[in-house]
Amino acid sequence: MFSYTMKRILSVIPVLFGMTLIVFAIVRAIPGDPAQVILGQRATKESIAVLTQELGLDKAWYVQYIDYIKNLFTGDLGTSIRTNAEITSEIWPYIAATLELTLVAMIIAIVIGVNAGIISAWFSNSWFDYLAMILALIGVSMPIFWLGLMEQWAFSLQLGWLPTTGREDIRDPINAITNLYLVDTLLQGDFDQFFVAVKHLIMPSIALATIPMAIIARMTRSTMLEVMKSDFIRTARAKGVSMFWVVYKHSLKNAFIPVLTVIGLQTGLLLGGAILTETIFAWPGIGRYLYEAIGYRDYPVIQSGILLIAAAFVFINLVVDLLYALVDPRIKYSK
Amino acid sequence: MKKLLLAMVSILMLSVVLAACNSGDKETEGGGSEEKGNTKDTLVFGRGGDSTSLDPITTTEGESFKVTINIFDTLLTYGKQDTTLQPGLAEKWEASDDGLSYTFTLKKGVKFHDGTDFNAEAVVFNFNRWMNGDADQFPYYSMFGGYKKDEGHVIKEVKAVDESTVQFTLKRPQATFLKNIAMSCFGIASPTAVEKDGDKFRENPVGTGPYKFKEKANDKIVIEKNEDYYVDGEPKLKTIIFRTIPDNSARLNSLKIGEIDVMDGVNPSDLETIKGDANLQAIERPSMNVGYLGFNVTKKPFDNPKVRQALSHAVDKQAIIDAFYLGMAKPAKNPLPDSVEGYNDEIQDYEFDLDKAKELLKEAGYPDGFKMDLWAMPVPRPYIPEGKKIAEAIQANFEKIGVKAEIQTVEWATYLEKAAAGEFPAYMLGWTGDNGDPDNFIYTLLDKDSIGSNNYSYYANDKLHDILIEAQTIVDQDKRNELYKQAQEIIHEDAPWIPLVHSTPLLAASADLTGLVPHPTGSDILKNVEFK
Repeated sequence: MFSYTMKRILSVIPVLFGMTLIVFAIVRAIPGDPAQVILGQRATKESIAVLTQELGLDKAWYVQYIDYIKNLFTGDLGTSIRTNAEITSEIWPYIAATLELTLVAMIIAIVIGVNAGIISAWFSNSWFDYLAMILALIGVSMPIFWLGLMEQWAFSLQLGWLPTTGREDIRDPINAITNLYLVDTLLQGDFDQFFVAVKHLIMPSIALATIPMAIIARMTRSTMLEVMKSDFIRTARAKGVSMFWVVYKHSLKNAFIPVLTVIGLQTGLLLGGAILTETIFAWPGIGRYLYEAIGYRDYPVIQSGILLIAAAFVFINLVVDLLYALVDPRIKYSK
Repeated sequence: MKKLLLAMVSILMLSVVLAACNSGDKETEGGGSEEKGNTKDTLVFGRGGDSTSLDPITTTEGESFKVTINIFDTLLTYGKQDTTLQPGLAEKWEASDDGLSYTFTLKKGVKFHDGTDFNAEAVVFNFNRWMNGDADQFPYYSMFGGYKKDEGHVIKEVKAVDESTVQFTLKRPQATFLKNIAMSCFGIASPTAVEKDGDKFRENPVGTGPYKFKEKANDKIVIEKNEDYYVDGEPKLKTIIFRTIPDNSARLNSLKIGEIDVMDGVNPSDLETIKGDANLQAIERPSMNVGYLGFNVTKKPFDNPKVRQALSHAVDKQAIIDAFYLGMAKPAKNPLPDSVEGYNDEIQDYEFDLDKAKELLKEAGYPDGFKMDLWAMPVPRPYIPEGKKIAEAIQANFEKIGVKAEIQTVEWATYLEKAAAGEFPAYMLGWTGDNGDPDNFIYTLLDKDSIGSNNYSYYANDKLHDILIEAQTIVDQDKRNELYKQAQEIIHEDAPWIPLVHSTPLLAASADLTGLVPHPTGSDILKNVEFK
């Protein structure tokens, strides 16, 4: 297991390195001169020249890249063009907000998705199966923007149960420690604020969970159906093991590898792809931070943001790879 | 597990059902009654974007000024809903007859939020700080013709005559000088705080304004009542929180349930909903912008004024306003909006008349029309919210007189570059005023000096140029206004643009909010806002 783990971890390094190059190149491929965008219609030739120099954009691309890598190694993500603040100090609250939202959304997606898939497979071709799979189809194809506004309309405007936007009651803010509000409020033992944070999380996390939930449900169902047809399941049933144990222990463990893959990919996607949800629910996360930066051609922020998301993606897939080996010991021997 | 599953299923079904009946079911009141009852001394202002800086001189971005105008005072201010000059930190001001010297008498006893005194030295400090910077550090300072090292810089010297008198000496007259002084970016900062915080001053601003800066997080900025404000009884509220909610519809939802108290950036299509809700009120902001269709007058066939006039007759402005602004705009006949002094209301607009248009085209030698490229903006702006769609409407109008317009577009920064380089034969653009002076519209956009920057039409008229230069050098505002009225006549005749609209931005607030008087500049001083 150790050598397998080390191998997997080492293989990540060239990937990360390649990523910096791709991110650097892509960001520069966005059309539009950042100095012109920043200064807008009030730009003059002189002011554009001054700004271009200040931003270091007049240097050759490889000089810019080497500077960038050097800074990365010292943990310096650069300075935001837009706000003039250090990105390293500015970015954490945004990351924390996205992290909290993504984790909660994925928990919802996994718990409901996996179980819906299992039950559908268990009672395949029953009314429940059909209904769940139709709902999953709707879930995959539902535009998040629309779903978000519908949630707000129903649960905030009509029923008055939940707040529409944000992470906290703005008139009675939560004291941030880690910026993960669920953690912060518990650390302070403030259960009232904990519930405020939970209430704010419900709608955005459900909106965000819809698509992964549907994909997980469909994936679980199809792999479970396959496994449940295999001989060892028939044997287990013949030996009189209860259906519940057959499904949740024997079948699920064997059906879980593809599901795990999907979960890993979806988590990675959510970390970077929450822009729509974050916009509609005014969730101050990394997606929105990036979105604002892109409109402003804030190169350092775009670069850092994409790099962090990509790195998270790689990291999650590394974890998934390691989990494979845990779930199915055959994997580590075959490599 | 089954329970969870059932819950999920019912939530999904509920949203589908709710969606289905959404169209017919008018939103009833309710939702937000929890806010009532407690004494409201906190205002939550919902807006679409975050501030990039809290030191107003370091930015040109409107979301920043919305906050800083409440933290910093300027020497002069604008009128309540126009851009006439009013006293600010200066009680009185006087210009010499040659327009080369301005003397300001400052209010006494005013203190900065850090407890230090506001005085003539502080004013001198601020201007010296700005003029010694550059376009990157203090972009808007270029309103004074550049920076200390630049040829065009108009301020020769700023001097503290005594504790409460400041004198500006100019190299040459600048008629917009006082209007510039009143711009909110020239808010006077505490010299002590600027020296102490240096580059970090933009994160910890200190002024003399009605509100003090308290904190900034990634989606909110909190400012608090300045107990020592120099006007008794102001400000009315204890705390103001600026909150960013990017989506207009989500922001309105937040307003409806009382999470925020006022919002800007209301979709015109939501006006009916707001008017129908007893808990809400809609508030219009006077327009200080213009959206237009410009022609490059050096390119065929637009070098012929008759062609430009013909096309001016062929645009149905009212139809565009009804369709894309839902009525929240006025048809434009001048480059100036009417909230700016010097607006010429006597001009008769080219009325929508296709026969006249055809006739003029015939006279110009194009009886069968021609083909043209029409460039449309790729981004929404307050003056043109949907560039491509409005271009399509104009395309349809032109089609009727035989002019076949092909719509083109390109990414925004490139769009501005190409426009400045004169590459667009016909294009759509607009402008939002900076200082509320007619010079800031007419000279900036249509004088021959502005070719290569904001005169994208490459329009050059010497008579107009003489008038505009004269208007820049005299101090008497009434005389200037007369000159600008003449300028608008010339522009109307030459028709380098078809002025399309002046759009009216819309705000919404809870019904119990009073004292909010939106300013055409887009930055509102909130010191008189309170709850009934």
